[in-house]
Amino acid sequence: MAEREQIKRSTTSRSEDTAVEDVPSAKTKKGDELKAELDDLLDEIDEVLEENAEEFVRSYVQKGGQ
Amino acid sequence: MAITKVLGMETEYGIVIRGSAESNPVVASSALINAYVSERSRRVGWDFEDETPGRDARGFAREASMPPEVETHLVNTVLTNGARYYVDHAHPEYSTPECADVYDLVRYDRAGEMILADSVRFATALLGPGQSVVVLKNNSDGKGNSYGNHENYLLDRSVPFSRVITGVIPHFVTRQIFTGAGKVGCEVPPPDGRRIDFQLTQRADFFEEVVGLETTLKRPIINTRDEPHSDSHKYRRLHVIVGDANLSEVASFLKVGSTALILSMVEDDWFTRAGKDFSLRAPVSALREVSYDLSLTVPIELQDGRTMTALEMQWEHLALAKKYSESCGLDSVGGDAVGRDILNRWEDVLSGLESDPMSLSRQLDWVAKLRLVEGYRDRHGLSWGDPKLRAMDLQYHDVAPGRSLFARLGMETIFTPDEVRRAVDEPPETTRAYFRGKCLQRWAPAIAAANWDSIVFDLGREPLCRVPMLEPLRGTRAHVEGLLASVASPAELIEALGS
Repeated sequence: MAEREQIKRSTTSRSEDTAVEDVPSAKTKKGDELKAELDDLLDEIDEVLEENAEEFVRSYVQKGGQ
Repeated sequence: MAITKVLGMETEYGIVIRGSAESNPVVASSALINAYVSERSRRVGWDFEDETPGRDARGFAREASMPPEVETHLVNTVLTNGARYYVDHAHPEYSTPECADVYDLVRYDRAGEMILADSVRFATALLGPGQSVVVLKNNSDGKGNSYGNHENYLLDRSVPFSRVITGVIPHFVTRQIFTGAGKVGCEVPPPDGRRIDFQLTQRADFFEEVVGLETTLKRPIINTRDEPHSDSHKYRRLHVIVGDANLSEVASFLKVGSTALILSMVEDDWFTRAGKDFSLRAPVSALREVSYDLSLTVPIELQDGRTMTALEMQWEHLALAKKYSESCGLDSVGGDAVGRDILNRWEDVLSGLESDPMSLSRQLDWVAKLRLVEGYRDRHGLSWGDPKLRAMDLQYHDVAPGRSLFARLGMETIFTPDEVRRAVDEPPETTRAYFRGKCLQRWAPAIAAANWDSIVFDLGREPLCRVPMLEPLRGTRAHVEGLLASVASPAELIEALGS
């Protein structure tokens, strides 16, 4: 593991502060914490979600591309 | 030895004008790009001299299939970061400049998202009250219409194309477990009547062939378009149409990084040397089965009768790639730092998928989207067919920061916003895109047209003057910065180049 840590540090020099260190890994969190976090997120999402979802979905028609 | 994997990525974005009775996608795409160009820069047009999308890598002319047409009448421009920004098949399309490693590639693809977001802002300001442009970085409208995110990899021409096909298909089918952008529903339901509520990828529904020239009909897993945009005696450009557009930087980095490594291994014939053949019995149906399989446990059949899950096959590929890197090094993918980052992230992601896919909700698009949609569905007791869930799926991909659901998820990043913002205007320094971008920054009025492998200068006299750039790794900052600093005008540049 020590070697892996070292490798990670050397590669981050390319992009000073990668979020690897900034964002706490989901793996280290407990289930409750994750649930609470998702709840907060869903509250926030509710505010930005398309008000007229049905109309938005219906009107979003694309011509096929590549 | 494997050659440096010069990389590029083309993204067709979805577009719709809201608040308008009819939204013509071609008109909307043109308006979007025009708004950006008139706000940001003088337009330099694209030069179509070298476009031959009907040429087939297998070396024969097509009879029954239609080569894609090149549309020369639509908006088509070159940006100062060396990218191409244009209207293609009724979509705004952004092609990154050529990049010499996957860090740059991801950064320039992300810069494309910023360019589209800026375009949305500029174009919406020009629309009538109550109208707005919505642009999505996804690959499907949920109604059976798909549009692409294409990866490009420079390969050694001397490598037999049949070896490329054999070597890379198993990876294309199984890498979906980390490259998928996730999709609510299924647009080409399986014949056995199974209901697919959510699948790993946007694109798997739309592939019908294993190998072929098409990109819009009967899409093939391996696209054989043979248009190297470089010295065609030395190089081949593998044009990969089977992937999803990623918003996650980690997923995008791994998609291209793992594939660049696999292609280097193919060039060095590593699969044969290691005695490994993962050829699939039925690649097209395997592509879909992997995409449908949220449990990552469904076995896929190999030609030799073995079965393996996609995850198991990815572990096999990773183990081979590690051995390959110990023996042949990582220069072909940009050197040790980037190469080790690819291998480490690849391992981390496979470990995460093995223990609990949901642990990767900050790394992988499909996991992030599934967590969000399932959470919302639970909270409101919705059925999978509810338009709200489909709207969430679409809105995950919105490029406008205020509307994007992705932007609210705190996903792991590799670059700071400033690093991405720099890539909006400045070209990469380690490919010919540097020369293209710098010439455009300084002398746009004297450039009649540009494309991947040349720039055409108009010096105010006949004839126009074409500067060829057939080597993707020439014209870098190291090569031409001194030259560019020593000349004061395009005429002086041409003279210096000719001497």
